Amino acid sequence: MATKILDLPEEEYMLPGNRACAGCSLGIGLRHILKALGGNCIFAVPASCLTVLGGMYPTSSVRIPWMNVVFPSTGAAASGLAAGLKAIGREDITVVAMAGDGGTADIGIQALSGAAERNANFLYICYDNEAYMNTGTQRSGSTPIGARTTTTPAYGKRQHQKDVPKIMEAHGIPYIATACPSFPTDLYDKVKKAVGKQGTRYMHMCAPCPSGWQFPAKDTVEMGRMAVEVGAVILYEIEDGAFRLTSRSKKLAEQGGLKALRDYIAPQGRFKGMEEETIDHMQAWINRRWQQCIRRDAEGQA
Amino acid sequence: MTTTKHKVHVLTGNEAVATAAKLCRVQVVAAYPITPQSSVVETLSKIIEQGELKAEFVTVESEHSALAVCIAASTVGARVFTATSANGLAYMCEQVHWAAGARLPIVMGLANRAMAAPWSVLNDQQDSMTMRDAGWIQIFCRNNQEIFDTFVQAFKIAETVHVPVMVCYDGYILSHTVMPVEIPAQESVDAFLPPYKPHTILDPAHPRNLNPVTLADPRRNGDGELCHGYMELRYLHQEALLNAPAVITAVDQEYGKAFGRSWGGMAWGYQAEDAEILLMAAGSLCMEASVAVDRLRQEGIKAGVLGLRVYRPFPKKELIEATKNAKVVAVFDKSMSYGNEGPICADLKAALYGSGSAPIVHGYITGLGGRDVKYRHLMDAAKTSLTAANNGISTKASEWINCQI
Repeated sequence: MATKILDLPEEEYMLPGNRACAGCSLGIGLRHILKALGGNCIFAVPASCLTVLGGMYPTSSVRIPWMNVVFPSTGAAASGLAAGLKAIGREDITVVAMAGDGGTADIGIQALSGAAERNANFLYICYDNEAYMNTGTQRSGSTPIGARTTTTPAYGKRQHQKDVPKIMEAHGIPYIATACPSFPTDLYDKVKKAVGKQGTRYMHMCAPCPSGWQFPAKDTVEMGRMAVEVGAVILYEIEDGAFRLTSRSKKLAEQGGLKALRDYIAPQGRFKGMEEETIDHMQAWINRRWQQCIRRDAEGQA
Repeated sequence: MTTTKHKVHVLTGNEAVATAAKLCRVQVVAAYPITPQSSVVETLSKIIEQGELKAEFVTVESEHSALAVCIAASTVGARVFTATSANGLAYMCEQVHWAAGARLPIVMGLANRAMAAPWSVLNDQQDSMTMRDAGWIQIFCRNNQEIFDTFVQAFKIAETVHVPVMVCYDGYILSHTVMPVEIPAQESVDAFLPPYKPHTILDPAHPRNLNPVTLADPRRNGDGELCHGYMELRYLHQEALLNAPAVITAVDQEYGKAFGRSWGGMAWGYQAEDAEILLMAAGSLCMEASVAVDRLRQEGIKAGVLGLRVYRPFPKKELIEATKNAKVVAVFDKSMSYGNEGPICADLKAALYGSGSAPIVHGYITGLGGRDVKYRHLMDAAKTSLTAANNGISTKASEWINCQI
């Protein structure tokens, strides 16, 4: 049974105010993630926007234990927390690794893959703002085709983004889910479900970024909603191998399909001047994935 | 000495390391195989799978992750251990700095091996030297018994001064050579090394953000208290290392009382009291130097060994004292600070500067990439240095021993 927004716990683990940019979706996402975790957790956080959000010594914006780790090692650090907690008899604590798309898809993929292959006991959440936003919007393996970044300044990125949840699925881990802070109860329910499982659990959360994607800070929630409605982000979960569309993506599949990609691209400065041919490539990529998800959703429920 | 059950085993250096980790009751082990360290990992895996040690063995996919696991597990209060060599240590580099800056009592075994390129799996000490400025304690061992004893001491040192310890031992020469090693009973090691009590534990009951971005200047916390900036934290780290010799020496002496063996604390001498010439080195090379000294004495040359046990913190005070009556010190480095000279030689010269004690110091580069070092090479070098010193030659460029070019 899906949680309703009024049923979310009132307990807050984020303190009022943090150092993230105005309109950052990460804070909205983290707030609901922490509500689902309920406090009995330890975070491993590599260099990323989340480090900035967490605050500078000696202040902190969250009421949870938080270990900063080097950029490439998040999966391994989380393994170490899990091993250490098991060794001292504190397996009741949920280990959470939370890293950006660069820290996950690029520099952190080795440690994450190693940990997932060992089925190390933690929940890994990648928040995907689709570029190296903390260092000033350089392209990452998760930047979509056509997006202009500071290292793809003229024409935009030439390649499609890396499908990290699919890479993680190849590891045969017990739980994989995508999420978006614009759909907070879906995010909340998925974290809740993940916490109830053992082994490596992977969540990939879309994280619209006003400064990097170049849209007004007031439109963050709307941008995340549109990402899902055009199919740039598809909400699903894979529980012990069974695939299931969730939330808005499920409704879209049932009620006539995706909205036009152009409505999503037009308000974002990073896609300004994107060639028609590139938009067609992106649309084809979205359609291919969408059809695959619809097929898998039908199979998963069979 | 207390009466303890102890047995003599015939062990390789790597087996001595694994046995020490077991008796120190490490709780989390993470390591990645690399020659010549691999049999440490293999032996420990067997010990853990057979149930002789209750520990989590995390079979990581790289050395970088090995130290990441140790850092994290140590942060939540577990006693941790890893081991590596050469490129494995280099791959860990940023984690080596992190472990020190986070002030975690991690103990690492380093089976010293030459750095590539070109590839060499054989021994020298270049790997240790590349990490000397990271803020760890580095201890060099001369034989397998010292390896075992030093590991037991290392946990106590690390957990007292809150600085990680790298126990360095020569690859193959010690790692793969069997020697008799006296292994004390578990209960005597337990008595010497009580369970690890961390000063900071990451726990949901006391949420805190460890090692976040720290500004240049001190800054106030939510209660208005002024807290350290980056530079103050670094100063405290240096202060801990400067205070470490007293702890290292005390732990070595306490170990001597408990087990009947101590290893000289920071530095040690052999026939050094009245020596005109001191042969200085770190690690197993000191044993070859001892043979050279015996032969030199037979020839009527007053020679002695100055064994450097702890390279970081560098034992300036002890070395000034140990060299004050010598005419010349010949330093044998198994590594090179390229573009300068052997690192131990350079550090000794720096330590002596301004001390009022001024023996002549000659540097020799030796044994790189597994090149054999024989006692007669050391004898020849000692004689050359003594002759030069008697002719008033106080400085000379580092000489490469047995380099056939």
